[in-house]
Amino acid sequence: MDAKPLWLLAELTYKCPLQCPYCSNPLDFAGSRFKHELTTEEWSRVFREAQALGVLQLGLSGGEPLLRPDLESLVATAQRLGLYTSLITSAHRLTQDRLAALKRAGLDHVQISVQAADAELSDRIAGTRAYRDKLAAYHFAKELGFPLTVNVVLHRENLHQVEALIRLAESLGAERIELANTQFYGWAFHNRDALMPTKAQLDAAWQVVLRERARLGSRLEIVWVLPDYHEQFPKPCMGGWGRAYMTVTPAGEVWPCHAAGRITTLTFENVRDRSLEWIWHQSDAFNRFRGEAWMPEPCRSCARRTVDFGGCRCQAFLVAGDAALTDPVCSLAPHRHVIDAAVTQVERAAAARVEPTALTYRAAPASRALAAKG
Amino acid sequence: MNPAPAAAVPRLHPKARLQRDEVRGRDVLLYPEGLVTLNATGAEILGLCDGVRSVADIVAALEQRYGASGLEQDVMSFLDGLGAKGLVIYGR
Repeated sequence: MDAKPLWLLAELTYKCPLQCPYCSNPLDFAGSRFKHELTTEEWSRVFREAQALGVLQLGLSGGEPLLRPDLESLVATAQRLGLYTSLITSAHRLTQDRLAALKRAGLDHVQISVQAADAELSDRIAGTRAYRDKLAAYHFAKELGFPLTVNVVLHRENLHQVEALIRLAESLGAERIELANTQFYGWAFHNRDALMPTKAQLDAAWQVVLRERARLGSRLEIVWVLPDYHEQFPKPCMGGWGRAYMTVTPAGEVWPCHAAGRITTLTFENVRDRSLEWIWHQSDAFNRFRGEAWMPEPCRSCARRTVDFGGCRCQAFLVAGDAALTDPVCSLAPHRHVIDAAVTQVERAAAARVEPTALTYRAAPASRALAAKG
Repeated sequence: MNPAPAAAVPRLHPKARLQRDEVRGRDVLLYPEGLVTLNATGAEILGLCDGVRSVADIVAALEQRYGASGLEQDVMSFLDGLGAKGLVIYGR
């Protein structure tokens, strides 16, 4: 079947006032690869081409998308095209006037991150004082009538706050809270040993989620993004490679997911050189892992291949060194032992009360230093 | 969730938007991080959910339009399905 994309994630810029050590942006976000950001006209063309290709859902993300002064104009373009627009933001310095302008431009949905349930921990994880702006922005969003999602990335330092986070979202009148256990790519992969929780932490948090779901029913949707290192089978990453989803980076590269740029064995096309349609249908990067022909064993003969599509290509590349292997998270994968070793090391360190290694915060100097190291 | 009574007035939750999917030639309901594909009847029912008509009014309008009867069960189960997802709510 010749699939058409439904989702486009537009990473408008990699500039961000926050420095979260689990950021999904590339480690080399400050490098030349992402420097020359697409113009307003170029993004507008991308949105038009995406809509013509079948995209219905548009995520406006970053970095921090509010740093684009043309955000209102981009939202207006997307609105005219009938795209359902979600702003995915840290809300740093977001005023009520700006959010009202985005509402007038046709923005459909606001997702605001928070790093923890209290200011002290939230600001420490964000690497900057951001909590107060976030709380103000949540209220602006509800006052303006936006559907609101509270986005939280979970890890060792904040998993104990899951109940407080859900109560916060409830008190704000949010429609959804996304409790996303850290997925280990980008900065999170670099900081993996310090971020990874113990099994006991995860189990306790999951019990809270079950209890709170029962209490809240349809009043608040609680999304729990699985901690895949602790699972038996891989996630159906992006619903399958090149099936429904694409990411456009700040300088116009097109990726099958927001972590794929790290796969050095693929060449990614740019919207400045090619149409989105050509890239989606014809490019090697999108075709390489489409369907089942690429699959190795144990995926090829596995009944779950139509459920999880072999899992995540980026994880196979990062952990097993080859994007064409079974996701090493799978208990049947030949590289599962690498995942087990990482999990075991964290459990042992926690049992021995060893202080985790210091986090590397996501910032331009650290990005350039890591890029220089290769 | 209990099924809504025939006198209840259904409307789309403000987070949801009815949208024509030109590329695939169908109607869809878009909402945060998701979508529901609608068949022609589903789109028509939602088109009648204007915050004024009751479920009974919508059934009557459809039955008149198609010269049919006994559509109440279909309309209700469709609306209940969307209600369970929080996409249809009741009240003026």
